Amino acid sequence: MTKNTAHTSGPSANPTPAATLEFRHAQKVYPGSGEPAIQDLSLEISAGEICVLVGPSGCGKTTAMRMVNRMIDLSDGDILLDGGSVRERSPAELRREIGYAIQQIGLFPHQTIAENITTVPKLLGWSKDRQRARVTELLNLIGLDADMAARYPTQLSGGQRQRVGVARALAADPPLMLMDEPFGAVDPIARARLQNEFLRLQAQLRKTIVFVTHDIDEAIKMGDKIAVLKQGGVLAQYATPADLLMYPADKFVEDFVGADRALKRLALQRVRDIDLWKAALVRPGEPVAQARAKLADADLPIAMLVDDENRPQGWLSERAFAGERVTSDLRSPAEPVADLDDVLRDALSDLLSSQTRYGAVLDARGAMAGVLSLEVIQQFLHAPPTEARSGAELVPE
Amino acid sequence: MSRFVLAQLKIEKPGGSGSCVADNDFCPEWIAENLDRYWTPLLEHLFLTIVPVVIGFAIAMGLAVLAHRRRWLTGPIVTVTGIFFAIPSVAAFFLLQPITGLGYTTAIVALVSYTLLIIFRNITNGLRNVPAETRDAAVGQGLTDRQLLTRVELPMAVPEIMAGLRIATSTTVGLAALAVFAGAGGLGSEILTDRYFKSNVVVAGGLAVLLAAVLDLALLGLQRLLTPWQRARA
Repeated sequence: MTKNTAHTSGPSANPTPAATLEFRHAQKVYPGSGEPAIQDLSLEISAGEICVLVGPSGCGKTTAMRMVNRMIDLSDGDILLDGGSVRERSPAELRREIGYAIQQIGLFPHQTIAENITTVPKLLGWSKDRQRARVTELLNLIGLDADMAARYPTQLSGGQRQRVGVARALAADPPLMLMDEPFGAVDPIARARLQNEFLRLQAQLRKTIVFVTHDIDEAIKMGDKIAVLKQGGVLAQYATPADLLMYPADKFVEDFVGADRALKRLALQRVRDIDLWKAALVRPGEPVAQARAKLADADLPIAMLVDDENRPQGWLSERAFAGERVTSDLRSPAEPVADLDDVLRDALSDLLSSQTRYGAVLDARGAMAGVLSLEVIQQFLHAPPTEARSGAELVPE
Repeated sequence: MSRFVLAQLKIEKPGGSGSCVADNDFCPEWIAENLDRYWTPLLEHLFLTIVPVVIGFAIAMGLAVLAHRRRWLTGPIVTVTGIFFAIPSVAAFFLLQPITGLGYTTAIVALVSYTLLIIFRNITNGLRNVPAETRDAAVGQGLTDRQLLTRVELPMAVPEIMAGLRIATSTTVGLAALAVFAGAGGLGSEILTDRYFKSNVVVAGGLAVLLAAVLDLALLGLQRLLTPWQRARA
């Protein structure tokens, strides 16, 4: 079923191909406890994807993660790493093959940063030269100065320690990484920065990652796929972030995702992703008849005055159409304007805060690319994000 | 008995500081002249300190590692070593004589038994104080139980282990002064020989205190050498 289909889409910096991971009816029952901690969990994670396990506390997300490297042993079912059962592997050997980063980081205080980072390479018997080279490479990758190598963990800030924790997990270039709230121990601003850095890293490295968090916003931001677990380790839904927000499988997921999930969806999209309105673009001195024809063809009742390069000058008032030729009588300035690459949520926020119904959207050269309106956004929210489904009436008015 | 008599004779020999000695005062001149005779007892005392501490450390380490793997052993080990610790040392030196006779063996066996509780307790605490997340990170990266112990837990416990060794060493220097009752010599035998002669008691006692201080400093230096990470601060 699961073959060795690990792909190597990453650059040459990633010699180890990412692994596939499959939970197959995985189950965990702790002795003396009637209720299973994980009940029949099945899901497949493609090579090179971040799969976020998310859910309220006690949902078994950490247990599920720890079963992968046998920190917790399965009671029943199986977990397949690149098609091979983890049950048949020696735990220590298996763990050296899987990157491991936890919220409390767990750096060794008696070892330097370099020694901490080379924990697994040392276990694997790498030469000293290779270890040293790897430390330099990783410090560079996580944006720490090379002279940090000789420091001790107590000499680093919280954010730096979290980065070192990630570097240590990456040290032996593992095909799979397990990350349990790896950015949980820092303040929200530092966390956002670490998340962005990590996503940038992941774009290069293309590791397969199991990422545990209790924070749905972090899940939406980090995940290629999100597995929402509920009490007893039951898989409530396994979907892409957009699908999860658009089509929560049940009341539990809907509540967990939150009432603001429509806004969260907007955060996932860019202005270019939606069907913008077409505006009438009118140049000064243009015959009024021609301008009126353009207006009739447009999606909105007012026209935009543009220059020769189609750059917006402002919205035209009725008075501009009074004579033979269009004058430069404006009703309002062209602002707010949005770029095609802006995040939809930010563009909407600009629109609302400037109390206008329409926002000009510009392409990379600054020319009009279309118009964003509240109606356009509403239509977008009602439309299915990836595939048409019936009976989904999920977007609040 | 003959040693006592000899010593008495020695003191009554008139020296440069005859009157001071006769008055049983504190006599620097006598001390300067007779310092040589403390050399051998001092070395004996050093031997009676280092050997028991080293043997005690080896045994306590073995016991602590055992108890680290099998937690239930901790209670019984603490009880037994606690009983050893509670036996009055003079009694121990006499009680052991029918088995081990007079001499170093008796003294060392008794002194070792006193170090066990202190060192065991400190090693155990040190191992136990390793934070759970450090252990979790180590195991999660694929360290075996043995590697966890030798690469993480023991190095991190060094400050507490060294603290235990320092207490054990100071205690042993003090107790070794009583090893004379086991016929093992040391500075205690010098004190006992001329126990009414102030200068002698002050010198022999002072050397024991000095020995304890020097050994303590040496261990402190060793600890700093072994734990550069403890001094590292941002």
